[in-house]
Amino acid sequence: MNVDARIPLDRPALLDVARIREDFPILRQTIRGKKLVFLDSAASAQKPRAVIEAMREAMETQYANVHRGLHWMSERTTDAYEAARDAVAALLNARDRHEVVFTRNITDSLNLMAHSYGRGVLRPGQAVVISGMEHHSNIVPWQLLRDDRGIELRVAPITDSGELDMDAFEALLADGRVGLVSMTHMSNVLGTYTPAERIVRIAHAHGAKVLFDGAQAVVHRRVDVQALDCDFYAFTGHKLYGPTGIGVLWGRRELLDAMPPFLGGGEMISSVSYEHSTWAEVPHKFEAGTPPILEGIGLKAAIDYVQAIGYDAIAAHETSLIDHALSRLGAIEGVHILGRAQDRGGVVSFSLDRAHAHDVATLLDRQGIAVRAGHHCAEPLMHRFGLDSTARASFAIYTKHDEIDYLADSLARVREFFK
Amino acid sequence: MTDTFDDLRDLYQEVILDHGRRPRHARRLESFDATAKGDNPMCGDRIEVWVKYAPDGTIADTGFQARGCAISVASADLMAETVIGRSKADTHALFEAFREMARTGKCPHCDAALAEPLERLEPLAGVHEYPSRVKCATLAWHALVAALDGGKEASSE
Ligand SMILES: Cc1ncc(COP(=O)(O)O)c(C=O)c1O
Repeated sequence: MNVDARIPLDRPALLDVARIREDFPILRQTIRGKKLVFLDSAASAQKPRAVIEAMREAMETQYANVHRGLHWMSERTTDAYEAARDAVAALLNARDRHEVVFTRNITDSLNLMAHSYGRGVLRPGQAVVISGMEHHSNIVPWQLLRDDRGIELRVAPITDSGELDMDAFEALLADGRVGLVSMTHMSNVLGTYTPAERIVRIAHAHGAKVLFDGAQAVVHRRVDVQALDCDFYAFTGHKLYGPTGIGVLWGRRELLDAMPPFLGGGEMISSVSYEHSTWAEVPHKFEAGTPPILEGIGLKAAIDYVQAIGYDAIAAHETSLIDHALSRLGAIEGVHILGRAQDRGGVVSFSLDRAHAHDVATLLDRQGIAVRAGHHCAEPLMHRFGLDSTARASFAIYTKHDEIDYLADSLARVREFFK
Repeated sequence: MTDTFDDLRDLYQEVILDHGRRPRHARRLESFDATAKGDNPMCGDRIEVWVKYAPDGTIADTGFQARGCAISVASADLMAETVIGRSKADTHALFEAFREMARTGKCPHCDAALAEPLERLEPLAGVHEYPSRVKCATLAWHALVAALDGGKEASSE
């Protein structure tokens, strides 16, 4: 496998974006005759050649099902797939590789938690706390749990700047009935990082476990689950430059051991009879059916790629992009940026006076710019700010400063157009 | 005169911008015979339409209130303008023809009787190039037809 990122290690703050862009074949595309300016990586990131090649090579040279064949192909593929688990364990600094469960995406990870932890460990009368800036995938599974099992769902409010209201959060935990805090580590709409260490400290002091939705955070920042001291951490492969179809749930071994399975089938059993079946050890207990084999191999290539660049360089690059975007977009009259968090990552949501977000997105698309428009799967958050939708530009390791300039210039044209 | 926005005009013609910005029929009717709501859950667009019939059963007046993009508001307004004075049957036929035009950009099955009203709706034909926006253009029509058919809710899904 080749890692194409040739970043000098002694200068972590400078990302060689031009070189990185060469690793992403898709960025050479033109859209309606214009150069593609892809500012929708928070929805799903583009794939470096290393990922594409790793998956292709596996299919061309060593593909078979895993964990079951006693033949050479199956053994090679099993090794490659399990190497992905090691890569994730290293990425998150997990103590034990068995703590890494592969799922289909983070939505699947969160549903696994609502099912196996929510129904298997939490008891009626207990409560789950989420925040006011969650993606629907960290809202709806807990609503289903509430309606099914009488486990209360509490929502920690956010401030006008788009940050977690820490006093209100702590107050929600005061009665000691909260069993789990399930919270975003970085908002996909506001860009806000939640203060993860503080959240964990407060939650643990009140006897609650903590699960982070790291779908966005893990793309932009080094995540160390031992340093965070959290209990569960979930993310999704396709936003981390990996393929679709694979997600991760990391959990402390003893907690995963105590949870009942989620889906039943092959892979997850130890023995089966009509009277009684027993479960495999974690993580396989939670991995029913043929797993996302090629996707695991692709995810490992993506993680290797990101690690070779290094999170220090990635975070520095994105901070500089965000600063640039806030100052360029903020300077356009009629543009309103949603969320003013101190600690924020690579997404900027905005609205434009007199123009609906969908019109803005279509008119930017005409100019070759891909942004997302809508409620971003976070309707309650939109309503918190009295909005139905916003446009959102999001950044990645391959985003250039001049693409943000082009966005700002194009947005200024859209504003003129709607005047 | 050159238009510095040439590259943006194909979908957003002046007619659409104008009706999107200053819709003529964006009002709730004081007295009405039928009403329905429309909702596009994908993008959050919402509309409510009201219809008043003439004694002969044709549409005497119609109005709407919408929350949505320029395309959906302009389409609702052009729709209102076009259907006033028409029978239910005509309006249904027009809806089918318009839907076809929004999806494909053409209307091979449209007969001559519809030529004049369709011409008025023609500026919206550009949406066919934007599959995700077609529903913005048809939402108002779904709501109107639901009202004519005695329903209460319509979705452009
Ligand atoms: C914060 C956050 N959580 C969860 C998700 C859901 O990801 P997926 O659709 O891959 O399960 C997303 C992305 O859409 C997200 O941004």
